[in-house]
Amino acid sequence: MEYTYTRSVGPVIDRFFSGLADRKIQGIKGSDGKVIVPPTEYDPYTGETLSEFVDVADAGTVTTWAWVTDPRPGQPLQKPFAWALVQLDGADTAMLHAVDAGDESRMSTGMRVKVHWCDEPVADLAAIEYFEPEAS
Amino acid sequence: MAEHAEGTIIERPIRLDYEYTAGLAQSRFLKGIAEGKIIGEKCPVCGKVYVGSRGSCPTDGVPTEGEIEVPAKGTLTTFCVVNVQFAGQSVETPYASGYILCDGADIALMGLVQEVPIEEVRMGLRVEAVWADELGPTLNSIKYWKPSGEPDADYETFRHHL
Amino acid sequence: MRDIAVVATAQSPAIRKEERRNEVEILMPVVHDLRKRAGLKQEDIGFTVSGSCDYLQGQAFAFVTALDAIGPWPPIDESHVEMDGAWALYEAWTRLQYGDIDTALVYSFGKSSPGDIRRILSLQLDPYYLVPLWPDTVAMAALQARALLESDGVTEKDLAEVVSRSRKNAKDNPNAQLSGDVDVDTLLKEPMYLSPLRKHDCPPITDGAAAVILAADDRARELTDRPAWIRGIDHRIEPHSLGVRNLADSPSTRTAGEKAGVGNGNVDVAELHAPFSHQEIILKRALGLGDNVNVNPSGGALASNGVMVAGLQRIIEAADRIMAGQADRAVAHATSGPALQQNLVAVLEGEK
Repeated sequence: MEYTYTRSVGPVIDRFFSGLADRKIQGIKGSDGKVIVPPTEYDPYTGETLSEFVDVADAGTVTTWAWVTDPRPGQPLQKPFAWALVQLDGADTAMLHAVDAGDESRMSTGMRVKVHWCDEPVADLAAIEYFEPEAS
Repeated sequence: MAEHAEGTIIERPIRLDYEYTAGLAQSRFLKGIAEGKIIGEKCPVCGKVYVGSRGSCPTDGVPTEGEIEVPAKGTLTTFCVVNVQFAGQSVETPYASGYILCDGADIALMGLVQEVPIEEVRMGLRVEAVWADELGPTLNSIKYWKPSGEPDADYETFRHHL
Repeated sequence: MRDIAVVATAQSPAIRKEERRNEVEILMPVVHDLRKRAGLKQEDIGFTVSGSCDYLQGQAFAFVTALDAIGPWPPIDESHVEMDGAWALYEAWTRLQYGDIDTALVYSFGKSSPGDIRRILSLQLDPYYLVPLWPDTVAMAALQARALLESDGVTEKDLAEVVSRSRKNAKDNPNAQLSGDVDVDTLLKEPMYLSPLRKHDCPPITDGAAAVILAADDRARELTDRPAWIRGIDHRIEPHSLGVRNLADSPSTRTAGEKAGVGNGNVDVAELHAPFSHQEIILKRALGLGDNVNVNPSGGALASNGVMVAGLQRIIEAADRIMAGQADRAVAHATSGPALQQNLVAVLEGEK
């Protein structure tokens, strides 16, 4: 069974995706002033409409991770990789993505990672191909 | 509203693969089709004969029983004429598609009605199956239904099966 | 509020891959068995509600064909939730509060085997930020497991102990899929599957069905000697994004447990819907259950995990123990969504 769904993104996700095409990551300020990345239209806890965008870094810290030996179809990397929640510098929440660490022994909670950008500018999540360990 | 009018659209392709199990009753039906036979099953409560039973009487919620062969001949109870081409269509338009109630069955099969001018397709038309050259466990084994040449069935005989 | 009780239950054996029977053929004997146990015909039942997921079958509105197993004629008062059967039970409980009917039938069914269940469950996620990555249920549970393991004192040994007890308990459950004696040291020698989870920390893939009859007040006492009274029931949800939650805790379970009144008395038995071993530890803490509580005597979701069925099964397993007089007060829990996003808690009691 196969469908291609076309989805309208709305103003908040549109702005986030457009920023990704310029290699820029934007979060949004939540009701409590915390910066949510990726940005949501509403505060995930209070439901308040959000609108104040904040630029954050394309590098951050792994808050938790899991090591995949057998990637499944459609996942960001087709070789062993780590799923991770990454809290970007300037953000107060973490985003889910893949980390290309090569080997599980290179992964740890608290490690620094940065975005590996797609060569082509895309105004979609695909602009972030994966994360990789930050050069020490 | 203007900002909505120029909203961005993204594509999200989704693909899922399934391996279906036809189930006990439907397997018996499909095996019959592969042998050029239409096998019905009877509800032990209401006595109705279902062709292509999914294993239960949808009215009484009890397992259907027995293998009751019905003839590949019956009555066109209702139909529509398709004039619009759509993706995946394998027949040239216009064509007639309808419900065929096999003699002795209480539920109709869906099928194409051919070898008759579209304007002559009518409720009550008596039809018989034209089987495909190669039979398999699929309803494609019945290529289409054609007029059998018998006089039309009286409306009263199929009015409860529309 | 009316007093509502579970008065009869039925479930199919858990099967890894049911290749002969379709959903209707799996469900029909369960519903027949259930109505026979309660001594009711379909026409005696005031309301019928089901919980299932059409994506498992890959057919839009697949749940309507399941009604072929029930016998919905003359037309019955019926509803459906695209949720685990535990939420269908919640709807039935609410419906019975209206007071115009006294009985309800709740059923759920699911074949997890026809499709790739991990991929199917990815589609419950945010389509903008998550689905394009196809993160699967095991991956998200593994992120949660590490968050727990690195938060405080919980070790891989604790996870293995949950699995060992689940398999052992499941030996007494004729419907379980995975059971047996496996010691913790053996489990810890197993390789990682999706680190930090080993394969045994994850649930099996299960096809099955389950059903319950609820009755109100005196009708419940007529239908069975010892009804399992639902003294409290509540469900709560957390934000969807994993990155805004504290995954090592389950605040929604805690709130649901408080609203349902878990702490208002001694708990003999708790059936917790924890498809992954570490989730049992999170849930047990959130519900404030001590070590004296018999947790998952059925083996739980690690022993059989029919998607959309396993939550209702927890209520069934808890209610069965009350009805059999083995327990006086039980807690049942069901979960939905990635990494325990949504949680339902019910407190069941036998008549004093």
